[in-house]
Amino acid sequence: MLFYVLGGIAVIASLLVVGQRVPMYSVLLLIVSFIGLAGLYVLLDSPFAAVTQIIVYAGAIMVLFLFVVMLLNAPREEALVRSTLGVSIGGRPLRVGAILALVFLAELLWAFWRAGRTTVDAGEAVASVSSVRQIGVELFTTHAFAFEVTSVLILVAMVGAVALAKRHL
Amino acid sequence: MPTLSHYLVLSAVLFSIGTAGVFLRRNLIAILLSVEIMLNAVNLTFVAVGRYIGSVEGQIIMFFVMTVAAAEAAIGLAIVIALFRQRETLNPDAFTALKW
Repeated sequence: MLFYVLGGIAVIASLLVVGQRVPMYSVLLLIVSFIGLAGLYVLLDSPFAAVTQIIVYAGAIMVLFLFVVMLLNAPREEALVRSTLGVSIGGRPLRVGAILALVFLAELLWAFWRAGRTTVDAGEAVASVSSVRQIGVELFTTHAFAFEVTSVLILVAMVGAVALAKRHL
Repeated sequence: MPTLSHYLVLSAVLFSIGTAGVFLRRNLIAILLSVEIMLNAVNLTFVAVGRYIGSVEGQIIMFFVMTVAAAEAAIGLAIVIALFRQRETLNPDAFTALKW
């Protein structure tokens, strides 16, 4: 089934992103994960989401990451797992983090268990959500203010990024 | 036909992978990448639930999350560049100036 193929691509690529030590491979694998997610958006009858996923995420944001990785000539990470696990036995904040991780894991397993027995059908919704025209109308009428604020946010981010990268901290 | 639960579980798994990445990786760029994985997991939830209730709101929220993610990536990477210039390393444990 297509859902499992695309979901598997996304999950495996994300796992490899986290497990990978070379930053360049991490970035490229994340693009694979995003492509899997874009396929899932197509399955969800949301082509607008899929296209923006590819163009904005895989196209723009990941290029930004690639530029920085190449600019900094980032080295391989040194001794990732061993040092982390070695410290986690000692440090108090890390111990709290480990307990938190176990709680989240239990919650996730509980969610799996529940998902196995409750069936909510995603396909039964009747109204079409695939219309890009409908999204545009909603975006520029109901959410017009939020949309304009977003442009201010982007402007602030742009000015901030230039200021931060220029000056020596 | 995958149900809504399938999408929510997949999203939870992706979010957990991203969280684990933030805590386990020792590289500032990899930590930012893990944050992107988490944001994408949340986006998947929004789109799936929006599809389920038959509304375009999910995709609109996803659009806003995406712009915020772009701003976050730009600022975060600028900070990474500034930090790298100062210390010549990407290991977050090397930056302890704010540590008490």
